[in-house]
Amino acid sequence: MDTNPVSLLGSAGLWVLWILTLIAFGVFAWRIYQLVGLLRKGRYEDRFDNLPQRAVHFLKHVLIQPRIFNERSIGLPHFLIFWGFVIYATCFNWALVRGLFPLLPVPYPDEVPIVGLFLELFSVLVLVSLAVALVRRLFFAPPHLHLSVDANLILALIGILMLSTVYGSAFRVVTEGGEFNAWAPFGSLLAKAFSEATPQTAHTMIAAAWWVHIITVLFFLVYLPYSKHLHLLASPFNVFFSNAATRPVGSLNIVGAKEDMTAGASKWEELTWKQMLAGFSCAECGRCDRSCPAATSGSALEPQQIVQKIKQHFVSVGLKPPNGTPKLIGDVIPAADLWTCTTCMACMNCCAVWNEQVPIIVTLRRHLVSQGEVDRTVQDMLGSLQRYGNSFAKSDRMRAKWVQTAGLKIKDARKEPVEYLWFVGDYASYDPRCVDITAKTAKVFAQAGLDFGLLYEAERNAGNDVRRIGEEGLFEMLKEKNQQAFAKAQFKQIVTTDPHTYNTLKNEYSWNGNGVAVKHYTEVLDEQIQAGKLPLKKKLTGRVTYHDPCYLGRYNGVYDAPRRILQALGAEVVEMPRHRDKSYCCGAGGGRIWMEDAEKVKERPSESRIREAVALENVPTFVVACPKDIAMFRDAIKTTGNEGKIVVKDIAELIAEAMEG
Amino acid sequence: MANTILILAEQLRGSLSDITFEMLGEGRKLANALGVPLYAALLGSEAASLAAKLGAADKVFVVDNASLNMAPANTTAAALKAVMDQAQAGLVLIGGTNVSMGVGAVLSAKANLPFVNYCRAIRADGGAVVLTSQLFGGKILTDVKLTDGKGIVSVYPGAFQADAGKSDKTPAIEKVEVSVEAPKVTFKKYIEPETGDVDITKQNVLIAVGRGIQDKGNVELAEELAATLGGAVCASRPVIDQGWLPLSRQVGKSGMTVKPRLYLALGISGAPEHWEGMQGSQCIVAVNTDPKAPIFDGAHYGIVGDALEFIPLLTDKVKARKG
Amino acid sequence: MNIFVLLKLVPDTVEELEIAGDGKSLEAEVLRFKQSDPDEHAVEQAILLKEKCSSKVTVVALESPEVDDALFTALAKGADRAVKLTGNLINAQSFAAAQMLANFLKPEGASLPADTLILLRGQSIDDLEGEIGPFLAELLGLPYVCVVTSVVPEGGSVTVMKEFAGGLRGEFAVPMPAVIGIQSAEKPPRYVPFAKIKAIQKTAKIETVDVTPPDSLTRFGVERMYKPEAVGRAQMLEGASEEVADKLVEVLAKNSLI
Repeated sequence: MDTNPVSLLGSAGLWVLWILTLIAFGVFAWRIYQLVGLLRKGRYEDRFDNLPQRAVHFLKHVLIQPRIFNERSIGLPHFLIFWGFVIYATCFNWALVRGLFPLLPVPYPDEVPIVGLFLELFSVLVLVSLAVALVRRLFFAPPHLHLSVDANLILALIGILMLSTVYGSAFRVVTEGGEFNAWAPFGSLLAKAFSEATPQTAHTMIAAAWWVHIITVLFFLVYLPYSKHLHLLASPFNVFFSNAATRPVGSLNIVGAKEDMTAGASKWEELTWKQMLAGFSCAECGRCDRSCPAATSGSALEPQQIVQKIKQHFVSVGLKPPNGTPKLIGDVIPAADLWTCTTCMACMNCCAVWNEQVPIIVTLRRHLVSQGEVDRTVQDMLGSLQRYGNSFAKSDRMRAKWVQTAGLKIKDARKEPVEYLWFVGDYASYDPRCVDITAKTAKVFAQAGLDFGLLYEAERNAGNDVRRIGEEGLFEMLKEKNQQAFAKAQFKQIVTTDPHTYNTLKNEYSWNGNGVAVKHYTEVLDEQIQAGKLPLKKKLTGRVTYHDPCYLGRYNGVYDAPRRILQALGAEVVEMPRHRDKSYCCGAGGGRIWMEDAEKVKERPSESRIREAVALENVPTFVVACPKDIAMFRDAIKTTGNEGKIVVKDIAELIAEAMEG
Repeated sequence: MANTILILAEQLRGSLSDITFEMLGEGRKLANALGVPLYAALLGSEAASLAAKLGAADKVFVVDNASLNMAPANTTAAALKAVMDQAQAGLVLIGGTNVSMGVGAVLSAKANLPFVNYCRAIRADGGAVVLTSQLFGGKILTDVKLTDGKGIVSVYPGAFQADAGKSDKTPAIEKVEVSVEAPKVTFKKYIEPETGDVDITKQNVLIAVGRGIQDKGNVELAEELAATLGGAVCASRPVIDQGWLPLSRQVGKSGMTVKPRLYLALGISGAPEHWEGMQGSQCIVAVNTDPKAPIFDGAHYGIVGDALEFIPLLTDKVKARKG
Repeated sequence: MNIFVLLKLVPDTVEELEIAGDGKSLEAEVLRFKQSDPDEHAVEQAILLKEKCSSKVTVVALESPEVDDALFTALAKGADRAVKLTGNLINAQSFAAAQMLANFLKPEGASLPADTLILLRGQSIDDLEGEIGPFLAELLGLPYVCVVTSVVPEGGSVTVMKEFAGGLRGEFAVPMPAVIGIQSAEKPPRYVPFAKIKAIQKTAKIETVDVTPPDSLTRFGVERMYKPEAVGRAQMLEGASEEVADKLVEVLAKNSLI
């Protein structure tokens, strides 16, 4: 199909094509220039490290997209639409260049039989995928999927592209005599319907299909950066620059920042460029919202909306500052929404474009904290941490009182060298519901022959949740105090009770290359059991279910150690529907444990979780590996009226039982 | 010179406060022990008519002067100093209440005498007077000995029985003319207590919630228990400051004084300011996670545990019992 | 306005209080100090006033352990100036402290500016005299109102709300200069992020002013200091929560409360 001989409304086709192309690419380039300009106004952070690792991450998650498949109905269709798009985009550019330069000694892509076949095959696959996508949107839309006209328009445009390909092919078959052409199977089939058409008509129709195709693509090109399909341009970069490619997701450290980030962001320019890129990358698919315990329990927080609202805000304000610019926090995003996040990582764990919602929320919280806008209960807790180094407003001298109460003798790691420094944490040290379990854990450690010791009153809250509340300065202070205490103690490894503590010690503390391994007690005890060092006197029987703590599982990938322990004890582990990386947060994380419930709670996350466990057949034991879970779930059993049906036990309690014989 | 004992009779809006009788009762005992007379001072033009009720005193000095109505501490103290001189008083007892706070300190400066606050017990020791005061919210007690029996004492409300200070006798009354400088501070108006839905002073059963209640939502749990027991919910200051309950539900020094048949204190540690408002309750039951909470020192029944856990449990049990 | 807030740290009662060997004081070794709640409210009230009408807020404290933290915190909250009075005055009772503060606020021969407002706690839990406000007011010849929960400036005076009892409150007009004993600020004290305090510690300075202590820091001595015996300790209901609830229901029934 040559553009030369074609005349559109009296103008030579070639000129029309040139003009349309220049306009479309011009508008596209201008828009991209604008958007990149906005990103450049954001704060700097270094995401250019470890390029090979990033490349691998990119290859896997852009080209294969395993996360798309975590929702089956749309997984394959999206995959096909994506690859269809890639192939079509390539061929389009090929066809366009050929059209713009008619003298080039190359054929059009659809004139190459093998390419034509591919285009046909994909256009049919994509059409089927589009049908699936459309039916899903219209009739089976999952909650939180953003049902915009925008999305439907794009589906329609893609449909037009595919149809124009098949029609073009059909009329080409007609011009060739209508015989079945193995390189154009669908075109041949369709050609039968047009067998009566004159060659003249067929030629015109080929031209029409070509122009429809090209004009649609050019329109698409202009429209794309103004629509949610910007994700198609931005998300590959987003995946490439994601933190997960190179470092643990459990770290909130910002690398290479040129400004002080302690006070967070109150304006869009105070976000980092990468945090802004999230908005361009979001495909509005709603996966994050569907997995979010806050959104599910009826709170106004929707991780997707946070990302989207930020984007809409900075695109409109950044390009054309209106009078009385709305405030990012307050007008655009209500502060109350930010406080309902439990930082459970469910959203980031399922985001197909690898957005980082939790750090954005924490960044905004930091601003609120810097202004002193914090819940009274959280204020009291932060005050207590400033003063006593624990969240219980108890004297730091009382931290190891449980040792005394239980009549134990435990080494003081500040006075004698130990293999393991046991970082007990606030809840396990102070909470009256937890101290008995802590004492049992100590006995299990001792019987397992572990050489361990404590920091006693020198231990401070590790600061994981303080940091996620947004009190960065206090986190730094606590970290510094702990590191001073570490420096005075002699140990080779650290074992923690609390997964939250575990996360920050492991991922956010600097160990100056000392090679200190930070382990959760389930990891250590698993090792001991595997090595045959734990004298188990009796086999436990019965079915149990295990709740993966967010900060152990999703944050740090520890899923198997606790399950191996349970199996070694003889228990049959029955999984809840939401387990391992799909585990459902208890609602305590990110400082939520100190906050009031939002006004309208449909069902607290912990209650939903207990109902999930109770629905399992004949499972009377709910096993946890986090002191906060003890508090949260024992409460939830009461509020859901499930006393007597299920009990919450720490995994250490079960081990102690098995060791007692 | 006789070292008499003088009491500042406290009154608010035309009626005498409990603290007045508490001081009269204890003052009477002390005066008898020391063998000195007990006097009362009644200040202000609205107060003169109340003198007859102060029969526990040997004599009532009345300063009938409108400038002393709702007067600030220094004006009151200046007038009281004049009465003190007139009565040849060595020991002056003043209520440690919001109404009288400040008077004692100023008087002690004017009279150049020691000022002892937070007094919970007074005894004669020969000619001396030994005062026991509480410090640190009741965690520590201290004894101070006034060897010459002279001093200004601020008496902790509720430390003594009010009934002991009520008498049918008619006291002698002496009017004292005092020139009172017009106070710089002017009283403008009363702000009435927020009229709540319930009057907690009239309830037989009160469910009191404190800081341990943790969040506003949990107040509902307490409401349910109160409904089951046929009472109302009240609170200590921290809960009111949070805005979880209206001011009309506050029990304690700045709030209401209540004397229900049952006072169930949930998550209340028992700070003296709170204790002051509910110590007269017939049966006090306290639930607190801290076994050392001071509330257990005064309650009739104590339960160490989490109030939040306990409330729904108790509600169910009571419902079951009632059938 | 020219606002002064007078701070004093009190022993932290979260820690165990021990009686010293002399039986008349607390064991200093284990004592830790903290800002008292009423002091925090006084600072908050001052900052609220500053936000409403431009004022200069000066926080003043007598030298004592850990007092710098409290002064820096007040600066971080928005106070303009922090002053620490030094000299050998750690054990000063309220009257002596008031004398030193009065000398600082109004040195011999000077006079207080007409728009001066002195805010402080109504009572301190750690001192037998327990009230510094009335002493200071008496020494400076200023009006004093205490148990105040709101302060509204109106021309040359402030309208304050004083709490009586039973929820009854009264409104008073107090001409400035004046001393006001704060019970609670109009809003709960604000949170200051730790980074802000750290930053202030680097940039701001605490002025120190040497004062001559009065002849005597105390006006009377303590005969004995001791911990109260738990008299009339509650009868404890013990057992599992179910059991305890049953026991309590029995008690209620016995007292015909159900």
